[in-house]
Amino acid sequence: MSSIATDRADPDAAIGAALVQAASVTADTVLPPEPATTFTPPPRPTAPRQSGLAATLSHIRYVLSENLVTGFAFALFLLIVLAAVFGPALVPYDPLASDTVAALKPPSAQHWFGTDQLGRDIFSRVVVATRLDFGIAVASVVLVFLMGGLAGVAAGFYGGWTDRIVGRLADTIMAFPLFVLAMGIVAALGNTVQNIVLATAIVNFPLYARVARAEANVRREAGFVEAARLSGNSEFRIVSFQVLPNVFPILVVQMSLTMGYAILNAAGLSFIGLGVRPPTAEWGIMVAEGAAFIVSGEWWIALFPGLALMIAVFCFNLLGDGVRDIVDPRRRT
Amino acid sequence: MGSMLLKRVLAAIPSLIGVVIVTFLLTRALPGDPAAYFAGPAATKEAIEQIRATLGLDQPLIIQFFHYVVDLAHGDLGKSLTTGQPVAEEIRARLPASAELTLLGLIVSMAIAIPLGIMAATKPGSIIDHTCRIVTTAGVSLPVFFTGLILVYVFYYLLGWAPAPLGRLDVFYSAPPTVTGFYLIDSLIARDPETFVAALKQLILPALTLGIFSLAPIARMTRASMLSVLSSDFVRTARASGLAPYTVIVTYAFRNAMLPVITTLGMVFSFLLGANVLVEKVFAWPGIGSFAVEALIASDFAPVQGFVLTMAILYVALNLLIDVLYGLIDPRVRLEA
Repeated sequence: MSSIATDRADPDAAIGAALVQAASVTADTVLPPEPATTFTPPPRPTAPRQSGLAATLSHIRYVLSENLVTGFAFALFLLIVLAAVFGPALVPYDPLASDTVAALKPPSAQHWFGTDQLGRDIFSRVVVATRLDFGIAVASVVLVFLMGGLAGVAAGFYGGWTDRIVGRLADTIMAFPLFVLAMGIVAALGNTVQNIVLATAIVNFPLYARVARAEANVRREAGFVEAARLSGNSEFRIVSFQVLPNVFPILVVQMSLTMGYAILNAAGLSFIGLGVRPPTAEWGIMVAEGAAFIVSGEWWIALFPGLALMIAVFCFNLLGDGVRDIVDPRRRT
Repeated sequence: MGSMLLKRVLAAIPSLIGVVIVTFLLTRALPGDPAAYFAGPAATKEAIEQIRATLGLDQPLIIQFFHYVVDLAHGDLGKSLTTGQPVAEEIRARLPASAELTLLGLIVSMAIAIPLGIMAATKPGSIIDHTCRIVTTAGVSLPVFFTGLILVYVFYYLLGWAPAPLGRLDVFYSAPPTVTGFYLIDSLIARDPETFVAALKQLILPALTLGIFSLAPIARMTRASMLSVLSSDFVRTARASGLAPYTVIVTYAFRNAMLPVITTLGMVFSFLLGANVLVEKVFAWPGIGSFAVEALIASDFAPVQGFVLTMAILYVALNLLIDVLYGLIDPRVRLEA
């Protein structure tokens, strides 16, 4: 079944040589006569084949340097991770300590982002909130990666009723406006952070399941799967060690693309009063608290957490495109 | 045509059944005992048992589901715990406010996104193209409640152009007599231009907020689809025949490019209906979204469930409408069916 390539010693080298030949032929024929006399054929590309890791690294370097925006997004991402890890240890004020004397002060040297109605330092709160918001987004994306990825791979590989059940489940979820369904789930299961994570994962389930299903389905009859089957591997072993690792990179792209949505969804839920509760520092709640003061001109309470949220989502969206360029260059836009 | 319509309607039925099952399961997932919850904290054990029997909660799940479906068929969505009013009535009264806002949001979003996408596609790599990319990326990155607040701050507090974000109509005006429930249309029917302008002023900021949030998919798809159509043979032929660029782009390319854009409307509606809840909260809009949010805060589940169900049914209906529209515009789809 997959014996076409075996009779050729080194197909890559043969194709490469043919390409070089073709390139020089077209160059000769296309160029006008005068320069043709002085034309020297381009040096044959003699780049040695790089090892896998070196090739990947150089490809990543190429993508990052060629697209400055992606590089910028990676830097921003690093900053967010640092803020999430070290933020609570570095901030100048306790994010929960109120100081009614210093309430509702605009940004100053002392309070960089000003203070809120209870005199809490907004800068400290914005930085400390990074861990919670980032954590919710990462947790929900990992959860849906596991749920949607496994269900989708099973559906695509086994087909039949597994496929029908997963497909029907995904269709049913897609029949709801996503944010509305997330609201309903959190309202029904209980108003906790865990349920926000779960709800965000569930509404993203169809995306992951469909991508994983399509990718697994394509590989069901692939040569390497047939080979594994012929060598006596069980179906379960084939799914786990042959199909899953192949679908993995595409799901990672999906994860980085949906991170931004996950964080928006979670912040939206806490904005309407679900999940995280005051006085916890969380961007969505902080914007909600600041909303009451916008009409009287105290803009800084809502602005800074809102900006933090916006920058995070923006960064994740750009990063998603960057990760896709690295992992799956064919889908570049 | 009739058979295509029937086929589409039939295809929407499994989605509807799924929606009903999910909303039913959501009620059953309620933490704690609903009977104890309805009875209140001071109820005796017998009282709770009695309420359980009247609510039908002692029946098997499948029977409960049957009762739920029968109630739904009668348009009964239960009663709100806090107001004691039937949920269905409240939703019916508030739906026009949400619908007016959402539709205007869609119009704003299309009015910005489609020209932007076309201009970006006709001049790839130009400033407009980059603007298009920035606007679409910013559109999906901006939290919708944050955009709303910024607009309120700039246009209400700083510039004073917009009225206070407090509902559909300023307190000095009275609502026009209800015909459609849409204040813009009702005030026109009542020949009341003042109310029309007042209602429009209240609508502009929330509609713009919704529009900014949902324009990204439309603009992206318009650009991509225009790019592919502009490089096709019939456009090249039209250009070679010396037709004016405007005719080529608008009459020839645009019409063909619109088909994929219509399919993205499904996603746009998902965005709009979800974002609607947040926008209604920011602008104190008396729609079904803010109704659900109020109920959520009071842990009153019947309105939330009614809201989720209404939204889902609306969304299924909108998707059906988009499918039918697609079939009307593209004869190939009709032939397939």
